[in-house]
Amino acid sequence: MIPHLLSTRDLSREVAISLLDTAEDMAVLGHRDNKKLPALRGKTIVNLFYEDSTRTRISFEVAQKRLSADVINFSAKGSSVSKGESFKDTILTLRELGVDGVVIRHPSSGAPQLLAERDWIDVPVVNAGDGTHEHPTQALLDAFTLRKNIHGADARGRGLDGAHVVIVGDILHSRVARSNVWLLEHLGARVTVVAPVTLIPAGASSWPITISHDLDSALSQPVDAVMMLRVQSERMRDAYFPNAHEYSQGWGLTEERFAALSPQTLVMHPGPINRGLEICSTAADSAQSVILQQVANGVFVRMSVLYSILTGTSEVPHE
Amino acid sequence: MSNSLLFRQATLPGGEQADVLVRDGLIAEIGSVSSDASRVIDAAGLHILPGLVDLHTHLREPGFEASETILTGSQAAAAGGFTTVFPMANTSPVADNASVVELELSRGREAGYVQVQPIGAVTAGLAGTALADLKGMADSRARVRVFSDDGKCVHDPLVMRRALEYVSAFDGVIAQHAQEPRLTEHAQMNEGELASRLGLAGWPAIAEETIIARDVLIAESVGAALHICHLSTAGSVDVVRWAKQRGIRVTAEVTPHHLLLTEDLAESYDARFKVNPPLRTSEDVLAVRRGLADGTIDIVATDHAPHPSESKECEWDVAAFGMVGLESALSIVLLTMVETGELTWADVERVMSRTPAQIGRLDWQGLSVGAPARLTLVDSGARQVFGTEHLAGRSTNSPYLGRELPGRIMYTAFDGYLTVDDGSVVPADTVAGHALDHAMSRGEARG
Repeated sequence: MIPHLLSTRDLSREVAISLLDTAEDMAVLGHRDNKKLPALRGKTIVNLFYEDSTRTRISFEVAQKRLSADVINFSAKGSSVSKGESFKDTILTLRELGVDGVVIRHPSSGAPQLLAERDWIDVPVVNAGDGTHEHPTQALLDAFTLRKNIHGADARGRGLDGAHVVIVGDILHSRVARSNVWLLEHLGARVTVVAPVTLIPAGASSWPITISHDLDSALSQPVDAVMMLRVQSERMRDAYFPNAHEYSQGWGLTEERFAALSPQTLVMHPGPINRGLEICSTAADSAQSVILQQVANGVFVRMSVLYSILTGTSEVPHE
Repeated sequence: MSNSLLFRQATLPGGEQADVLVRDGLIAEIGSVSSDASRVIDAAGLHILPGLVDLHTHLREPGFEASETILTGSQAAAAGGFTTVFPMANTSPVADNASVVELELSRGREAGYVQVQPIGAVTAGLAGTALADLKGMADSRARVRVFSDDGKCVHDPLVMRRALEYVSAFDGVIAQHAQEPRLTEHAQMNEGELASRLGLAGWPAIAEETIIARDVLIAESVGAALHICHLSTAGSVDVVRWAKQRGIRVTAEVTPHHLLLTEDLAESYDARFKVNPPLRTSEDVLAVRRGLADGTIDIVATDHAPHPSESKECEWDVAAFGMVGLESALSIVLLTMVETGELTWADVERVMSRTPAQIGRLDWQGLSVGAPARLTLVDSGARQVFGTEHLAGRSTNSPYLGRELPGRIMYTAFDGYLTVDDGSVVPADTVAGHALDHAMSRGEARG
């Protein structure tokens, strides 16, 4: 098993599938009355959140509690960080407090890698989103959701070979998009990204993706899932696109586009969603939307990641 | 006799071997020297160069003495074979008036390792709007001729034009830090696939190239002298080459790190490799090497930028830009330009001593009888794993730690006395004593 989860780019297909399979085991447990597993009893995990993220933090916390870990939530607000303590000093403090694992969300790309590679602390590190770099557990939960919907009860051991996923929106600033591009590639899926030219990262033409600037044309092909990314209004101020209306008309999953979409195409969104900007309510609330499944699956995937990394095994004991 | 130094059998930049006799602060004889000396140094196997001149140094004093002082930066310079450094103006207070540049000059003389020749700010407070006291600094005891807002770009074309015109009256030169500010907001590393993958905001080559293109045209129209700091992209080399062919009065520098290092080093998120302008691609590295070899780029300048460890042992986007470079500069030039056959030792003399002095409007006499004895002796065959023990300044943010580098500075002489002796920096009080003796012997008033 891997010592840390820092990115999806450096995962192998085998490890990725193993993490998804363990998440399947966790999902089975999640449907029992007693949802708890004693696997991480006596282990202390700190959720080190330098950036607001109620959704991701709660998802990790539920996962940790179901695995019986002791959980410390460290939020950059109200901590010594707001008094100007350096990242390194905070980590050295956590080391002396004796934590067994760190889940980190940080606005600086690469902060989880520093934590894992420097000699500041020697515990497993799980990246819960760093800057515009990666958000690997989000990509894993997206892949889990896709695999479950495509392969059903037959999902274990399988990748996403041949699936076609269209990712739409602010690719440039999206760590979710990056993690999905690498993971979907490992799992054999075909990825099309759709965005205005200004929101495509420099050099992305060498990535394992097809780049399009025309959403209607991208959606006219067979598509297994369309993943809409959140668009922040501050991008308009930086001249990435003119205004919300033009964005929505060009790159939003509008009523018209949704009506033309095959009913087999899954609608995904990492949340939180901007209704009316990148996605209309009809699409978000439709039967083919798996947005809430993504939330539920997030807990199973994060249980799998924490379990696999902290115990060093992917085998889940059955009672 | 009492005050003489004889280097036996040194190799001159042209390749000949000669003895070099230093007496009373000057080069007294070059050739086969029969006279005796108070100290004789066997320089067989060592290359001798005129003392190196760095047109782009950050000494951090006044204001940022935790990173470097004029004394410690002078020691780093001596360790790297330099005898003149031009400290940039981004101190606190900013070197935008006569008092600050005269303070730097005095502290440099007291330290006594190198000539500290201050650069003045172009704009007051480096704010980019009102001109600094340009003539006041030029007329001060520091005789400032090079003006730069380095660290910031003089981005307003009107201010740039006026500054070029204004300093031309006293043969000044504007050294531009070419960085279009709007194109580099939040920028962290060279723009491209790697920056996109790492999630670090990209720093496009055009942010540098558009400013250089604009400024060579402004310089042409007003007939003034422009110097381009730390040119880093292939496109910048092309623009400067075009400007020189057109007869525009432009000179350009490249740093040692842009001759060697590439953006790949950012993959570690190790902020020692974070620098402004950023490390570029291997194509850019080859282009700046070619530019230096064919004379498009006139000089090598270090952009020695000391920072305390806490400014580098942190998240990449939080970390400071810059790397120390005085101690390693010649080694990197040997590695990238001499060992590859692109430059000879005579070229090294030109790009690291003669031309930087000339761009800085200093009288440069080189290795000639009667010239001030500012000398560097290099063991070019030495190779060592570069470590903090090779750093003589206050900060250790070198990108070369752990790398094997060629060449070792064995002796540096400044106005006739040694500042580096047998590979070690001579202690501060010894050097300060020599500096005082030298000044008194020349009847100079102490500042």
